[in-house]
Amino acid sequence: MLLIDCPYCGARPELEFVYGGQAHVARPRNPAECSDEQWADFLYWRDNSRGVHAERWRHTHGCGQFFNALRDTTNDHFLATYRVGEAAPALERVARPRT
Amino acid sequence: MADLSTARQQQVVATSPVLRQLPPASRFVLRGGPQALVAAVGALGLPRSDSPCRAVRNDGRAALWLGPDERLLLGTADAAGETESLLQRALAGMPHSLVEISHAQGAFELRGARAATILNTGCPLDLDSAAFPVDMCTRTVFAKAQIVLWRTGAETFRVETARSFAPYVTKILALAACEAMS
Ligand SMILES: [Zn+2]
Repeated sequence: MLLIDCPYCGARPELEFVYGGQAHVARPRNPAECSDEQWADFLYWRDNSRGVHAERWRHTHGCGQFFNALRDTTNDHFLATYRVGEAAPALERVARPRT
Repeated sequence: MADLSTARQQQVVATSPVLRQLPPASRFVLRGGPQALVAAVGALGLPRSDSPCRAVRNDGRAALWLGPDERLLLGTADAAGETESLLQRALAGMPHSLVEISHAQGAFELRGARAATILNTGCPLDLDSAAFPVDMCTRTVFAKAQIVLWRTGAETFRVETARSFAPYVTKILALAACEAMS
């Protein structure tokens, strides 16, 4: 089973977690000032990366916390996990998957 | 071939030294910032601890770390009223949420050298005592049910589960216990 490293609890089985979509999507501070296109962009448009993707996860059946992860979408390898509010770790500094 | 019938399972729960239902308890879920958590745990006479996935206990009471902002506070069934007033006094003026769930959950105890093996039939955590030492606790899953698991001793585990899931969890535990004991 895939293990995911919760920043609060440590390595835990995948089935305790729920995927929460792309990370670092900032809600516009004043939605009323957005054009329809800008608002639709915030609501609906997401990256579809082939490779490293920053995404939210929630340790639902654990500590209940949301956190962020860098995952390689080509091989499901979790490169890093980090707490909400922290910047994504620089890619040179996270472990690369064995190829 | 092991006898895995329902009657045998009921017998296991009723008489087994391995699996037993624990008596009713008082249970509160407290959520709040560090200040509220420290105040509550102190008011119940429990040692202060911020360690993730660890329980502290004293004199029939326990506080289980469920998350950085969440504790499960356990006590004897007759302590519910006292616990509530102690906590309300200690937490006055502090932002928090305190919910009594005494009757929402039930508890089971698994004991013996095979306890971890039996739990691992439905729970994917590493329950080796090096990875999951005494007084480690966590919310996790058992088969399709959510449970709170607390290792209360080297060969003893407490399993807390929602009342509605209790028959499901017990049946699978009893089945696993039947197989482990045969
Ligand atoms: Zn966690």
